[in-house]
Amino acid sequence: MIAPFAGFGLGLRKPHHAEFLETRVAVDFVEVISENFMVEGGRPRRILREVRGRYPVALHGVSMSLGSADGLDGAYLARLRALVDEIEPLFVSDHLSWSRIQGFNSHDLLPLPYTGEALDVVADNVERAQDALGRAMLIENPSTYIDFADAQMTEWEFLDRLCARTGCGLLLDVNNVFVSASNHGFDPLAYLDGLPHGRVRQIHLAGYSQGAELLIDTHDQPVPDPVWKLYAHILPRLGPVATMIERDDAIPPLHTLLAELGMARRIAGGEIRAAA
Amino acid sequence: MSLLDLQRDMHAWLQHADATAADRLGGESVTPGLRVHQNNFRVQLAGCLEESFARTRDWIGGEAFHHAVVAHIERVGPSSWTLDAYPRDFPATLALLHPDDPEIAELAWIDLMLGEAFVGPDDNALNPADLGEIDWDNAVLGLAPTLDLADLTTNAPAIWSALAEGMDPPAVAFLPETGAILVWREGETPRFRAIDQIERQALLHVRAGLSFAGLCTALAEMLGEEAGVSRAGAMLGQWLADGLIVSIEDRRA
Repeated sequence: MIAPFAGFGLGLRKPHHAEFLETRVAVDFVEVISENFMVEGGRPRRILREVRGRYPVALHGVSMSLGSADGLDGAYLARLRALVDEIEPLFVSDHLSWSRIQGFNSHDLLPLPYTGEALDVVADNVERAQDALGRAMLIENPSTYIDFADAQMTEWEFLDRLCARTGCGLLLDVNNVFVSASNHGFDPLAYLDGLPHGRVRQIHLAGYSQGAELLIDTHDQPVPDPVWKLYAHILPRLGPVATMIERDDAIPPLHTLLAELGMARRIAGGEIRAAA
Repeated sequence: MSLLDLQRDMHAWLQHADATAADRLGGESVTPGLRVHQNNFRVQLAGCLEESFARTRDWIGGEAFHHAVVAHIERVGPSSWTLDAYPRDFPATLALLHPDDPEIAELAWIDLMLGEAFVGPDDNALNPADLGEIDWDNAVLGLAPTLDLADLTTNAPAIWSALAEGMDPPAVAFLPETGAILVWREGETPRFRAIDQIERQALLHVRAGLSFAGLCTALAEMLGEEAGVSRAGAMLGQWLADGLIVSIEDRRA
């Protein structure tokens, strides 16, 4: 079981590196994209070492490809393990998705059909990853744009079974729940209520954009009201959890993100109940 | 449909817009989602190439660069877990598209290798002032692990530098004989320098483990005794000043 950590953090992004290193930013932890630092050396590794000296760090990956039918990339796991050993992160996470098949890597978080076969594949891959890393992982629910007709269970049922089989925890992206619910027409509250709450260790809060036909998980907008409402709904149902604002594009000044994080703190502290 | 078949079809859709694969994935009901993923795939790769080859793009212009990106995405699928690997074949694509303009692929190689050096292995370059007594007859030089070399037929380094400084680049000029270019990282800063074939060969010999005395002998055979030893000394001084030497070991040790 992954030890819980209660706190509020931000994703570490290039425009804010200097502020994180030169001032004491009011966060309890930072999250970094693992692959950005799975390099041999140079400035990125030096910055990560210095940030780690000042803040707890969570490693969040995008390239493990836990849903690949042909298994995981051993070289990737070895390099991630080396980073984990050096950084000793709070959490190691990646997505319920796939990106690589038979030597092709899409560099996109591609959707899975929620079938028994897919559950077997993902569970085997999560177990292999956890063995390679020497620790349990957090798995993040993705934003999805395709609802496969042959699905045999909902996404939250899939995650519940995956946790039970592998011992992994969950990184709950509340924005992704809202985006997928809007795109596929399910009730986001049913999703949140159906999750194994005791497994959730981290929360992502982010924004989305309206695409031509679907909502797109762009992470380039402030956290919108519907996402705050879902956050206020789920938070009392969870144990101690690490909440963070995840912004990947159109990155605003740090004080803007800290103000958004303040909103999360107020909801968690019960100051904002009407939002629920 | 098995998961493996589904993933193969998704690959065919993403890279080659294979309509029959899209039909097997669900046809009209999944078309909007497939379009989102295909856009994500292309935007991600195009963004990676634009970021990695900024000076090359400056030189050939946005339209020609976009054409090269589209051709490259069709020609080469990304295979590594790291997007940093995807740019590696782009200079070859540019060479195929612009066979009569070799400066384009050479500019791309500079862009590429500066990026690779930026995140290459760390080292501790020797400070010339800190060198103690060295038995040069038995000294073996260790070179920076980020060092890389390529042939050079044009004035691409001068073009690259002018573009990087926002100045008007010089016209393309062909070198009277094939030279070389050297890229490495000094501290946290990637650097490059145009060199001649003699220095290129010298660096390759040193990287292969030839002692400094052996290098002097090789250069003396090529240039004559006095000129060869003098050139070896000059190169050693330049390499130390550039931060290219990370160790000097005594081969008897």
